[in-house]
Order: sequence, then C-alpha cells, then structure tokens
Amino acid sequence: MGEKRPRSFYFLALFFVAYVLFLYGPMFAIYILSFQGPDGGLTFPMNGVSLVWFERVFSGGGIVNIGAAFKRSLELGFVVMVLTVLLSVSAGMAFRKPFRGATVLFYVAIASLIMPSIITSLGIGLEFRLLDDFINGLGVEGWTTAMGLFTSGLGAHLTWTLPFGLLIMFAIFNRFDGRLEEAARDLGATPWQTFRHVVLPIILPSVVGIGLFGFTLSWDELARSSQAIGSVNTLPLELQGLTTTVTKPDIYALGTLTSAVSFLVIFTALIVILVLQARQRRQGSDAGKGMV
Amino acid sequence: MTQNRRSFIAWLQAAPMMLVFAAFFLLPLLFVVIVSAWDYNEYEMVPAFSLRGYTDTFEGCVVDLPELCTILKTYLKTLEMCVLTWGLTLLIGFTVAYFLAFHIRSRTWQIVLTLICTIPFWTSNVIRMIAWIPLLGRNGLVNKGLQGMGLIQQPLEWLLFSEFSVVLALVHLFTLFMVVPIFNSMIRIDKRLIEAAYDAGASGWQTLVNIVIPLAKPGIVIGSIFVITIVMGDFVTVGVMGGQQIASAGKIIETRLNALQFPAAAANAVILLGITILIISSLTRIVDIRKEL
Repeated sequence: MGEKRPRSFYFLALFFVAYVLFLYGPMFAIYILSFQGPDGGLTFPMNGVSLVWFERVFSGGGIVNIGAAFKRSLELGFVVMVLTVLLSVSAGMAFRKPFRGATVLFYVAIASLIMPSIITSLGIGLEFRLLDDFINGLGVEGWTTAMGLFTSGLGAHLTWTLPFGLLIMFAIFNRFDGRLEEAARDLGATPWQTFRHVVLPIILPSVVGIGLFGFTLSWDELARSSQAIGSVNTLPLELQGLTTTVTKPDIYALGTLTSAVSFLVIFTALIVILVLQARQRRQGSDAGKGMV
Repeated sequence: MTQNRRSFIAWLQAAPMMLVFAAFFLLPLLFVVIVSAWDYNEYEMVPAFSLRGYTDTFEGCVVDLPELCTILKTYLKTLEMCVLTWGLTLLIGFTVAYFLAFHIRSRTWQIVLTLICTIPFWTSNVIRMIAWIPLLGRNGLVNKGLQGMGLIQQPLEWLLFSEFSVVLALVHLFTLFMVVPIFNSMIRIDKRLIEAAYDAGASGWQTLVNIVIPLAKPGIVIGSIFVITIVMGDFVTVGVMGGQQIASAGKIIETRLNALQFPAAAANAVILLGITILIISSLTRIVDIRKEL
C-alpha cells in the first residue's frame, strides 16, 4: 500500500462500479416499486407509499394460491439443500482416491451442468410419462402419476445443484493438506473419526457454501422444473406465469418477498461461514475436541 | 487388498451421486433420443418408429429454397443472440475479472467484491428480468428521461419485449459465468511475469495481449462454454423479455411441448444437443477443463 495507483486503476474502478450498478439497479427499482401506492402502476413515479400490494399477495387476491407455491418451494429447496450437501461431500471424499468410473462421473456432472435445461427437463418429463404408461399397462388400479415435486421435481433440481456442489468440493480438496489425515491415522483414529474430527471441521465453511448454492439454486430454479414438476407449480414457475398476465405491482411485491427469502439465506450462510472461519483462526483446527 | 478396499469405499461414497445422475440425467437423455424417433398424433406419442419429428421440423427447408425455412431462421436468430451475448459478457466479464485480479491488492477486498458480484446470481432470474420493466417500459425511466431531455418525441418501443431487451437481460444474468472462471485463471498468473514484461519495456497493452490474455485463456474458454450453452438452450429469458414473441432454439421445444407433440420436441432437443456438443467440443479442444479446477 501507499504505492501510487496507475491511471488505469481509476478507469477500471469506474467500470466496476458501473457493472455493480447495472447488476443491482434494476432489482432495487422493483423493491422500491413494490411499495407503490394503491393507485400506482408498474413504473415510476411512486404514487404514494403503501403495503397494499403485499397485502394482496398475502390475502391471495388476484394471485392464485401463492402461499402454497411459496411453501412448496421452501420445502423443496430445503430437501435439495440437504441432499446436495450430503451427496457432494460424500462424492468429494471419493474423488480423493482412485475408483472405477471417477472420470465418467466427473464428465457426467459437467455435462449435467452445461446441458441446456430444457433438454434435461424434457427428458425427465418423458421418463416419468413413460413410467406412468408402463404402470398403467400393468393394470395398477387408481394409478395417476409418479411425477411430482419430490420425485421428478427433486431429480431435476439435483441435476442442477450437484455439479456445483461437486466442483466446490474439488476446489476445497485441491487446497487441502492430506498430511492432517495421515497424522490422525497415525494417532489411531478410525476413518470415520478422521473425517468427523479432522476433515469436516476444516471444510465446514465451504460445506455451508454448498448448502447455500443448493438452496438458492433450487429456490429460483425454473427452466429444469418447467416440464418435470407435474401438476403443482413452484414459486418461480408461478412468477413466470404472472409476467404475462399481471399489470399491477403485486408481481413486484411477490418479487420482493422472494428476494427477501434469498437474501435472508445468503446472509445467514455468509455469517455462519465468517463465524466458522474466525473460530478456525482462533482455535486452529477443532481436531480432537470432540473426543476429549 | 487395502488398495482394493479403499477404492471400493470410494466407489460407495460416489454411488449416490452416480445414481442421481443416472436416473435424472443419463436415462432422460436416452429417452429424449428414443422418443425423437417415435410417431405422434394430436394428443399423444405413439411408440412406433417414425422420423416425423425430424421431417416436420425441417418442413419446407428444401422446397422453399432459396428462402430460409422457419427452423433455419430460428437457429440463425438464436446464434445471432448467442454471439452478441457472448461478445458482451466476455468483454464485461474480462474487464471486471482483470480489475479484481490485478488492481485489488487485499485478499479480503477481493472476496468482498467478488461476493458483491455473486449475490445476484443467488437470487431469482425471473425477478431480475421483470426488474427491467420499470426501466425500459413505454413509461419507464429511460423513455421518460429521454423525452424529458427532448431527445425523442415518442417513447422508444424497441427497449422492451424486443431482441434488445433479451440480449440485455442475458448479459445482465450471465456475465458472472465469465467473471468467475476468468478471475480464477488470472489470480494464478505469476505477478512477476507481468513485472518482467514491464521491465523489458512492454506497454500495458502489449502485456495484456501477450501475457494476460494467453494465460487467462482457460478461464475464457470455460466461461464461453457456460454462456454459449445457456443462451443456445434458453427459453425463459427469450420468452419473458421477448414478450413471448421471439423464436429461439429453446423456445421451439417449449412450443412443441405445449402442443403435446413430444416426439417433435424431442427431435428438436436432439438437434439442439448436437449443435451444442459441436460448439463445446471445438472449444474444449483449446483447453483441458479438468486441469483448471
């Protein structure tokens, strides 16, 4: 520090500020407009300030059963988050040793990440339709469909969140000092004890990060759910439907509420990560604490 | 023996993820390919071999020559939006990543600023799209502002529900996919290389072109793969920001699905998949992804 900044710094800093404004400006415009007065429209100026549009969302007036969609998306997001963390950490541990199919799994995960979502969604939709046809063909009484939020919908979301989880695990273990585990083993720790008391405490902040990706990506997921969710809709699907029909600011109020959930989760996760990191710095590793 | 056992345990640890991908990614892809060669009528698919899905898609492509048929026009339009979005996200993403990697000296600030760029990615895309309405609409801030300054008499109609707004929204949503991989490549560049270039008399521009860009190439390629595949298959952004009036490769599939023409939708998905794979494989020839993580 103290070194003089080159002129390019100020130019690039200005560019960066402009980019951040571009990122956040429009979002904040709708957060403000969701407090539009009762006679206000979809655009500025504000015609008074009120909570009318939030009331309308909560009372369900004008918008069909948004509360139920809200609850469904929360539940699904939570399940996706838990599964993403468990499966990613487990697979991440696996990739530290050679095993059959490691390369295939890696490329499949990458393919799942960059596959155009409409194709994945269509495929899952077809899969469940054919499954239904098959079960009906067997003559099962009263069978309707296997498609649903926690079957096809859950699967569709996992194809999107798991690759992120796996890549984060790779990033963690590329910087992980394997000697810590060897030391634990030499001291007589079982593999589970090594994981529980040595590895997990060290990677925990990043694992929280995986959870953050798991929930937020599911909470906002739209393209992959579109054909794979069955008869009920998630919140983003309802929102997308509303974009073509709603002409009042209640859609902004709903947007503000949805974003509030996102921000709540994001900041909670970031604070937890900071606290965990601070604790690591203060105490070093937590290794062994649990066994004393 | 222990080696075998360790590798078996590793396999068990990876098995749940493998199962999920097998059931919800590989198998569905297989069904897409199979169903694309099935027959269909007005309301359901018929499991009998037929290439109708494909022939319907390319209807008129030979007869109407030299006029372009609908599918080709749509793909050209999609490619055009794709190239525009790619160019803009690359330019913006590279500049932002360069600033973060080379001009921000403290690690903490790097993390904070990267987070500021990432937080919108964790919020809803649909909301980030409709957020443009109060700005770009007929009575939006931009039109009001321009009219207030007396620059235009009538509100500009092409600001919203147009190709302009689609590309704008795509850039807005997906520049981060460029920033992160490029930044990741750039922070690994040994700073001494750049000092050496300056000492040897290179200008800032020469350093950028001869040192930074070649070394950031892996990040550029990875970011490009993300952006290109997203835009090629996109139907949500094109739908919402195009006012459901603009056709794209992804939108065709959605339209076919709404008409319950599953084999035709699947045939279009196979075509889209083929083109996407073609683009990716030519890009991966430039860089080995796995080495870059």
